[in-house]
Amino acid sequence: MKMKKVLSLALAAAMALSLAACGNGDKTPTDASKSNTSGGSSVTSQQPSDPSTGGDLITVGVINNDPNESGYRTANDKAMRDMFTEANGYKATFYNNNDAAQQIAEAQQMVQNEVDFLLLSPASTTGWDTVLKDAQAAGTQVILFDRMLEANESMYVAAVVSDMPAEGKTAVDWLAAQGLDEYNIIHIQGHMGSDAQLGRTGALDEKVNAEANWNYVAQQTADWNEETAKTIVQTVIDSKKPFNVIYAENNGMARGAAAALDAAGITHGKDGDVIIMGFDSDKWAFEEVLAGRWNYMGLCNPLQAETVDQIIKDLKAGKEPSQKITYTPEQGFDCETLTQADVDKYGT
Amino acid sequence: MTTPVKNPETRVKRPDEPFFKRLTRQQLFIPVAALALLVLFNLIADPSFFAVSVKENSLGNPVLSGNIISVLDNASELVILAIGMTLVTASSGGQDISVGATMAIAGSVILRLVCGGQVTADTMQMNLVLAVIIGIAVTALFGAFNGTLVAYFKIQPMVATLIMYTAGRSIAAWINNNQLPIINDLTFKYAGTFLPGIPIPTPIFITALVILVFWLVLKFTTLGLYTQAVGINANSSRLNGLDPKLIKLLTYVILGVCVAVAGFIRVSRSGSINYSRIAENIEMDAILAVALGGNALSGGKFNIYGSILGAYVIQFLTTTLYKYEVPSTALPAYKAVVVILLVVLSAPVVREKLAGMKKAPAKAAKEVS
Repeated sequence: MKMKKVLSLALAAAMALSLAACGNGDKTPTDASKSNTSGGSSVTSQQPSDPSTGGDLITVGVINNDPNESGYRTANDKAMRDMFTEANGYKATFYNNNDAAQQIAEAQQMVQNEVDFLLLSPASTTGWDTVLKDAQAAGTQVILFDRMLEANESMYVAAVVSDMPAEGKTAVDWLAAQGLDEYNIIHIQGHMGSDAQLGRTGALDEKVNAEANWNYVAQQTADWNEETAKTIVQTVIDSKKPFNVIYAENNGMARGAAAALDAAGITHGKDGDVIIMGFDSDKWAFEEVLAGRWNYMGLCNPLQAETVDQIIKDLKAGKEPSQKITYTPEQGFDCETLTQADVDKYGT
Repeated sequence: MTTPVKNPETRVKRPDEPFFKRLTRQQLFIPVAALALLVLFNLIADPSFFAVSVKENSLGNPVLSGNIISVLDNASELVILAIGMTLVTASSGGQDISVGATMAIAGSVILRLVCGGQVTADTMQMNLVLAVIIGIAVTALFGAFNGTLVAYFKIQPMVATLIMYTAGRSIAAWINNNQLPIINDLTFKYAGTFLPGIPIPTPIFITALVILVFWLVLKFTTLGLYTQAVGINANSSRLNGLDPKLIKLLTYVILGVCVAVAGFIRVSRSGSINYSRIAENIEMDAILAVALGGNALSGGKFNIYGSILGAYVIQFLTTTLYKYEVPSTALPAYKAVVVILLVVLSAPVVREKLAGMKKAPAKAAKEVS
């Protein structure tokens, strides 16, 4: 009986492994779904209908994060998918995963498949050296979008990114301008090590260290997760520590925080007891700010696809991009000055 | 840890006590002791942990607030899942690892229905009760899918449910065209927050109702007995006129219903969904709750009250760790330490040692495994 159980377990493990292995090996260019333990990840590609025209299409491999991660990512992923289509002259393969290790493995594969361009939004800033070197050797040009990584500038041809440290600084400057006597901050961080988290945390950390009346009541990562953010704030409320600022590094987490405040009857937003700050570009979050329920939202523009497209077209025409790093235009909005026109213009 | 030594003594002193009752007593020991330990730790470290106060929420309703309320409230989904998971474990000797992903499906279906396909809806486009019933039907169907693979195709439960574990969140996203729907109708959030005028969070009531239903079902139907019989020996139960396949299937469908209720609570807490993040890793906590409750993960005899207690212990632990500002990324590591301790303590081998090598209890413990 025992033997049987052990055997069945071993078999189960073997089957699970082989399933996972199938997922990895099964990279047909048709719409294929790839699975792994971290959930929502997929490879899809658009195959040219007529093979004879295939030679004219620019092949691109797009590595992005999980579109379900946040509203920002959903908009970002959609823009990329809408841009890099056959109709626009591309043969694109898309890969979405929040796990940098999986992204690196897939990028390696794309380089081996000799794509013309590798478009990269890295889940974490480190670990990409080998891929970048291999890409250079294979003649694949790397363009970073949305997020930076740690590498020598010569390793990629261009980057179209959000200036995360600037976003953080704009937000912290805005907060400082509110002139509170004391800043007791609940700081809810994003996925640790991501470009967005580092930039948005860095500015705040600097200020809190420099100013005597700026304090952290709590500083924890919620990993972009709304539920975790809610729990963190709920726990601070339950522990009865006073706070007057919630600095959440994306809108989803800010919403989780606001829900915890609502449940405890703590007022927030315009004329409220607690200042709520969020980031990204979600339309619903703009509406929260417009309605005065939140105080501030740092816009992080998710639509880099057009700029990337322009850079590729220029490169194909033999024109080097005018600058290595292109920053998407960004700004902060607060509940006093935000207008419906801004919401319609920037909301995604 | 004096109680485990005391237990066999009481057993020896009262040999006329029914066997099942003795087992129950022993089985519930671990979750009760764990809970007591956590309570004790918090009492010593900071008694204000248990303070409950009445506050007014943003809608002007008086609401209870405090760590204990948070624990009871936040554990709701886990408790409901743990009940279903216990039945599945008992009947099939395996666990359903797809519950988190199917919760995403349930949430997605319900949101899609109440939003009427829009991305943001200010009022519900469909009767909420109807939407929830459809949500229940959908996940019951997914439960039936899992159950069929396990019962009729005899696939190891963990492997069978691996399919939905990997596909579930993508299906959930697909149901809403990859959009993240938001419902702003306050009545939708009643189930996840507070009913007007009632100071206790609604999930606590829903959980109590679910527990009551299962108590009645197990008391007045033969479901518990049949599940147990199938789990202990499917062949002999078949020879006794039961249909083990049907019963296994049934437990998976019941778990599917539990999943929908949990998923509904989860989405109505915020009125929105994030497919890849909602109820992340909750399947592991649900399985852990079953194990903490002293149930054998290889099936057979079960006690849903043990699992319920186990679920509350897990939430209590999580809240305690948050209170002491353990970074949320390090949380699983701390949980793991506690889990190792509890699991080792509840292992039959260790219990035998603790019980002073008495022969009778050792046998009883062996039968459980």
